Amino acid sequence: MTEHEHRFMKYLRKERLPHIFCPGCGDGIVLNTIFNAIEMSNTDFDNISMVSGIGCSSRIPGYVKCDSLHTTHGRALAFATGLKTANPKQDVIVVTGDGDATSIGGNHLIHAARRNIDLTVICINNDIYGMTGGQISPTSPKGSYATTAPYGSTDKPFNIAEIAKAAGASYVAKYTTAQPVQISMAIKAGLENKGFSFIEVVAQCPTYYGRKNKIRSPVEMINWLKENTVTLEQAKTMTDEELAGKIITGEYINKPRKEFTEALEDITRQISEVNPDTNINSAYRSE
Amino acid sequence: MIYINENLCKGCFICVDCCPVGVYTPSKQINQKGVHVPVPQTDKCIKCKLCTLMCPDQVISVEDD
Repeated sequence: MTEHEHRFMKYLRKERLPHIFCPGCGDGIVLNTIFNAIEMSNTDFDNISMVSGIGCSSRIPGYVKCDSLHTTHGRALAFATGLKTANPKQDVIVVTGDGDATSIGGNHLIHAARRNIDLTVICINNDIYGMTGGQISPTSPKGSYATTAPYGSTDKPFNIAEIAKAAGASYVAKYTTAQPVQISMAIKAGLENKGFSFIEVVAQCPTYYGRKNKIRSPVEMINWLKENTVTLEQAKTMTDEELAGKIITGEYINKPRKEFTEALEDITRQISEVNPDTNINSAYRSE
Repeated sequence: MIYINENLCKGCFICVDCCPVGVYTPSKQINQKGVHVPVPQTDKCIKCKLCTLMCPDQVISVEDD
């Protein structure tokens, strides 16, 4: 490591920097928190694979010096399920966006959560489709403007954390980019949890969401996130009208249960009496 | 000491806003890339290192000397 470098520079593909994200994009903050969480949880960096779909947030694995897989739109979780099942010892991190996870890949998300497969999913929710030019996404707040909603969105937005919780994920947390320490702690808990861990990060998109909704600078957007954040405890005493447009942050659920690849190994052992480890890995040998 | 990597900075000023003691001020002149980079006042720094987490472009390095 050369002197005076940023403390996470050793994990990044330096020749690709500066990254493609707009000035003040929340994706860069999430990138920092992922490395912070890896350092805090003592996970072996060489054992990590990152999988992503399509979108601004899904460019993240391209900058990280680990095995990475950039897949088709919405299918990051499908590819990650394959990767984890083939090699259960791998730590798989999925980085996905709000459109990628809930719109195009909505069914993959609920079924991955239902199976409780050991993945750490970090969903960066910027309330808009940033890469394609600012269209309304399933999480855009009611009344927000976008290129496809010039008079304001009329739909009720998804709370992705609630969906993941209801679908059966064993760890779910939601924070905003204004809370980098909390995100790091949540990702750390997700990496350590054996099961489906879902961390939703509400991030700022000054270029599209900000410009369309008159919150133009990154600093203004971060302050807007702070003003609209309520904790789960506060939300319990608030009415639906008061909660409209608010971001409810906190740890939604932390309830470990039987994991998918473990259940698969158990059944393989029961039926075939073959050690699943040797069985699966023999496919890679060329002899 | 605080080190700023000017080549990576995009001038979003998140560091100026997030620092609890106001270490950073935007530079008056633009650099070669056309960006107002943050100028740190090192003596004010309390080494909380929040800026190293909040900087989206991995610009700032804070070292305990």
